[in-house]
Amino acid sequence: MVEKKIVVQLAHGLHARPAANFVKTATTFSSEIKIVKNEKTVNGKSIMGIMASAIAKGEEITLIADGVDENEAIAALEAVLTSQE
Amino acid sequence: MSQKIVGVKASVGIAIGKAFLLAAPDMQIKTVAIEDAASEIHRFEAALARAKADLQEIAQRVETEMGTEQADIFRAHLLVLEDPELVDTVKDKITQEMTNAESALHDVAQAFIGLFEQMDNDYMRERAADIRDVTKRVLAYLLGVNFFQPSSLTEEVIIVAEDLTPSDTAQLNRQYVKGFVTDIGGRTSHSAIMARSMEIPAVVGTQNITSAVQASTLMIVDGHEGVVIIDPSEEEVAHYTRKQAEDAEQKAELAKLVHNQTVTADQHHVELAANIGSPADVAGALANGAEGVGLFRTEFLYMGRDDFPTEEEQYVAYKQVLTSMGDKPVVIRTLDIGGDKHLSYLDMPEEMNPFLGYRAIRLCLDRQELFRTQLRALLRAGVHGNLKIMFPMIATLEEFRQAKAILEEEKHALQNSGVVVSDRFEVGIMIEIPAAAMMADVFAREVDFFSIGTNDLIQYTMAADRMNERVAYLYQPYHPAVLRLLRNVIQAGHKEGKWVGMCGEMAGDPVAVPILLGLGLDEFSMSASSILPARKQLSLLSREEMEKHIDTILQMSTSAQVEAFVKTTIMKDGI
Repeated sequence: MVEKKIVVQLAHGLHARPAANFVKTATTFSSEIKIVKNEKTVNGKSIMGIMASAIAKGEEITLIADGVDENEAIAALEAVLTSQE
Repeated sequence: MSQKIVGVKASVGIAIGKAFLLAAPDMQIKTVAIEDAASEIHRFEAALARAKADLQEIAQRVETEMGTEQADIFRAHLLVLEDPELVDTVKDKITQEMTNAESALHDVAQAFIGLFEQMDNDYMRERAADIRDVTKRVLAYLLGVNFFQPSSLTEEVIIVAEDLTPSDTAQLNRQYVKGFVTDIGGRTSHSAIMARSMEIPAVVGTQNITSAVQASTLMIVDGHEGVVIIDPSEEEVAHYTRKQAEDAEQKAELAKLVHNQTVTADQHHVELAANIGSPADVAGALANGAEGVGLFRTEFLYMGRDDFPTEEEQYVAYKQVLTSMGDKPVVIRTLDIGGDKHLSYLDMPEEMNPFLGYRAIRLCLDRQELFRTQLRALLRAGVHGNLKIMFPMIATLEEFRQAKAILEEEKHALQNSGVVVSDRFEVGIMIEIPAAAMMADVFAREVDFFSIGTNDLIQYTMAADRMNERVAYLYQPYHPAVLRLLRNVIQAGHKEGKWVGMCGEMAGDPVAVPILLGLGLDEFSMSASSILPARKQLSLLSREEMEKHIDTILQMSTSAQVEAFVKTTIMKDGI
């Protein structure tokens, strides 16, 4: 299992299109993906779970990946969360 | 007797036709105990697969007919149907509770809908409608009920529904669907946005249209006014048929002008630009034939958030606008906050006269860290297009010099740290304070351009708060006092070879346009929808003719005289 704290850089937070991008990226990995925000955990492959947690720009979250491709998953998803546009 | 119902204008245009009541299919969900969980799960998966296939097909069709942005709505719907939290929870429920798929799906979806409905943000609340829309599609397959198939329509109708889901709207056949009216929804709901991009007249949020109208009743939808007339009289039908024809004629006439330059009857070119509030407005500006952006209000970047936008965020927004506009000019106004515009995260002292107080450039020169961040973002973005920087609320020359000096400092600092900045941008001021209008000759030696902000210039000249209804009569754009100031500014600018624009509401006002042309205004910046009508009007006006009227107009005593003169002498030939 890999864990990483990440400050979200997306201009509008993890809403709509970025949330969809995140989920699409997450589902390409076999690892289980989780996002922890304020001690609440959501499934990183769930579009509704992610949107409902309303993660804004500048918020710190913990990204967790667990599985054979956990390292690649963390790297790819960190890139989604820290992209500027 | 005809009946009038008022709603929210969702999409302009007039439609006349018979009502087609779009009843929601009967989706009574019964909870039934099952015996074979595996076959129930299989049934659920089959329904899910058919719903997904539908959505894929819709997304593809919408992509070609309406573009990527609309198609993405349905791609997001697909993600909902692929959401493991939804799919797996339904399957678990079927297995653990030995309950039917319909009831399991309904319960799980309802939990998500409830979650989104409680959120304190319109955007998120509207996502509840998306979840409802997609689960309905799966439920319809499970229940074996027919989902509305707009393709089955064979005659021209006006769709009447409680609400239209995005998928309903996308499937509307433009050949037969002339308009639509709903009980619920607002200007920003998906159905309203789709109606505008499909150019179907629509009125939403009427509260009771589904109970007020019966199937096949003749009705009129007036998307300009947000009015619906049920069972109209012959006169009403004749009236709206005429309006419909006028709309069509006008639209065809104006559409021809989109790619034209703005040229007067005597072959002088003036520039028609758009006022925008965010990068999202650029598409509309270009679709309406804007030759530039005459005012980009940057306040939107600062509103509705908890902290100041970073240099990077601002850079991205400015770059986006500059890139989309290509080599067309883009005038970006530095922060104009204060007055009636406040930021929750910026402490502002309570003021007796906020419009005469601490705002715009006054605040920026005092809180320089804010100003410098914005200037750095502008300087960096400048390399991506034709940037013009404008300072608002300049009263004295010292203010302009100080602002410009700060800009130069930031420019050199960026250059010294190896950042590429544009050095081809112009720097101008907004003329909205009478003192600056009177001293325009002095300013003209040092600025690159003037843009006249008439909304404030008129209110300061007449000393009348236009938000105050009791003195609203003093808000007189055509008053000779205002017009004389405009002449002073335009002449002073031209004497030093500087261009003069206008970015207040007055620039798109058909009564003001002939006067402004006669005064020699170079650039008219207005809301995007006014551009084509103004281009048409200007093509019929001769600048030399208008110049001849100016002395007469400026010698008049009252605003009413000016207005009457323009309407009877200049506009009499349908100009």
